Amino acid sequence: MIAERGTRVLNNVQAINEALDLALAKDERVVLFGEDVGTMGGVFRASDGLAQKYGEKRVFDTPLAESGIVGFGIGLAMAGLRPVAEIQFAGFLYPALDQILSHLGRMRHRTRGRFTIPMVIRAPYGGGVKTPEQHADSPEALLAHVPGVKVVIPSSPERAKGLLLAAIEDPDPVFFLEAIKLYRGVKAEVPEGYYTLPLGQARVVREGDAASLFCYGGMVEVCLKAAEVAAREGVELEVVDLETLVPLDTPTILSSVRKTGRAVVVYEAMRTGGFGAEIAARIAEEALDYLQAPILRVAGWDAPYPPFSAVENFYRPDAKRVLEAVRRVLEH
Amino acid sequence: MDTIQYLDDQGRPLRDLPLSPEELLQGYRALRRARHFDERVLVLQRQGRLGVYPPFRGQEAAQVGVALCLRPDYDWLLPSYRESAAALTFGMPISKLILSWRADPAGWGAPPNVNMVQFYIPIATQIPQAAGVAHAQRLMGKDAVVAVFIGDGGTSEGDFHEGLNFAAVFNAPLLVVVQNNGWAISVPTHKQMKVQRIAQKAQGYGIPGVTVDGNDLVAVWSVAREAVNRARAGGGPTLIEALTYRVAPHTSSDDPSRYRSEEETERWLKRDPILRMKNCLLHLGLWSEDQEAALSEALEAEFLAAVEEADQAPEPKPWEIVEQVYQEMQPDQQAAWQYLRGEA
Repeated sequence: MIAERGTRVLNNVQAINEALDLALAKDERVVLFGEDVGTMGGVFRASDGLAQKYGEKRVFDTPLAESGIVGFGIGLAMAGLRPVAEIQFAGFLYPALDQILSHLGRMRHRTRGRFTIPMVIRAPYGGGVKTPEQHADSPEALLAHVPGVKVVIPSSPERAKGLLLAAIEDPDPVFFLEAIKLYRGVKAEVPEGYYTLPLGQARVVREGDAASLFCYGGMVEVCLKAAEVAAREGVELEVVDLETLVPLDTPTILSSVRKTGRAVVVYEAMRTGGFGAEIAARIAEEALDYLQAPILRVAGWDAPYPPFSAVENFYRPDAKRVLEAVRRVLEH
Repeated sequence: MDTIQYLDDQGRPLRDLPLSPEELLQGYRALRRARHFDERVLVLQRQGRLGVYPPFRGQEAAQVGVALCLRPDYDWLLPSYRESAAALTFGMPISKLILSWRADPAGWGAPPNVNMVQFYIPIATQIPQAAGVAHAQRLMGKDAVVAVFIGDGGTSEGDFHEGLNFAAVFNAPLLVVVQNNGWAISVPTHKQMKVQRIAQKAQGYGIPGVTVDGNDLVAVWSVAREAVNRARAGGGPTLIEALTYRVAPHTSSDDPSRYRSEEETERWLKRDPILRMKNCLLHLGLWSEDQEAALSEALEAEFLAAVEEADQAPEPKPWEIVEQVYQEMQPDQQAAWQYLRGEA
């Protein structure tokens, strides 16, 4: 269906802005809010022009308080609206953790479906663009560990637009993490008009048979780059973009591993307790007999994301580190 | 700041009452109904027929007076765990409340015609949410009002501040009702804050703040009614501090002798909100001991019927644990569901 549409070249911010615009136009219950989201259009301009277009009842600034933003959104959602909140940076989510852990994903469960939270929380995440301290965190594992929420991390403008529209339609709370590195760093053809892409489906973005690279968000381009380099040496790597961490598309992960027999999991959050551990565990539980090498993780080091931009590129996984891991699984 | 009061400690009217005789009678019946519920569920608890229960004895007026101003199918109530009296008066069926405090899933969702969110256990998280529910009413073009309850200890939490600030900035139709009952489990109010009156905190948000005698139903009702009318008319939120006292333990598991003497409790028991209201009615010639006896009988019959109804709720099923996590069950919940049903 999407293929029949006309396309334009957009970057991720433009694609997200377009999705928000379409959601506001389609469903009058949709409201957008957060710090600087209204008049200014967001620090990354994701809501650029929308307050002017839809008015301040639909798109509005809030006080500077993340717990308030999430709690307020939970209330809007319980009352029947479709709130889309922006947390300015994923690393600023932490004041809202009580709302997130205690309520966001529990309200449907604890009220046995009487009250539900069809809310989207968008947050830019990840490093690679020399942001100040606390602006480059990747808290997806923290969020994936919250029962009752979904976690989506797109890797391209086309995917971001369709997944965001699906997230806004979703009847349950969805975290939508947007890689800062990709906001303006990637441009691609994006279909026109309203379309959704299904949550909970991973996709093979490059086929190969030598080893599987599992990644999401900002690490997809890193893995694709590594795969290109490997291909020059005749090694075909399969790259699987998970897109949705919760609910996780385990069958696609397993079928890739059953084909290649080797798995490398790539994420930019701190290695220990990261989401890669969950992927590795599922592979070990369900496809151990197919493995010809240990499952390796390429991730941020067990240290805070460095506020020292001169060395941040040594923290965030790059193609070189991915290829080192690939070599280890191939030589095992 | 003055404390608003209409009845003296014995229940004699201090001035003209702003309620009609019918309202005074309705209010007294609601107080008695709440007290009856509290006493009877504590018995169930002692019999092992209820889980941990936070009693509200002594705080009936501070809750009932607010709930009487609200329409359950239109307005909203977000109570903390102490507010069973508010819930009951707002319209929650007794059987549902019993099931709720039995930690039975059948009691954890309000009926469709009662806009009450299940009792909040974390402290103060309900305040920003209530601000959101309230703002949503305005966005949807309704003049519905939201009442949210919190204790004196809860005002120390960050969410109390964030929620009040949001409510104020958005001019949300919200009543933030603080049950200042003197204790946050074992910590007295003077260790919790330096202000003399919690209502003073309203000044920090640019909204009205009122301190009311929480053991005076006439005062609570009239203060809440004024705040509800203001909110409905677009006048924004009000912070109401109801001065009362937790004469009972924190919960059925608490032992107050570890942290307080009961001298002050004895003083407050003499200011019991139900005794005061009864004396008020007797003083005005609106009530008799015959009516009192008939009311007791009716309340007990209602309670027994509710217990019977609660007892008939189906046994909770283990697989209900993984139901209602998402609208549509996801593969991981599906697998657990099948396991719990013995199908996998």
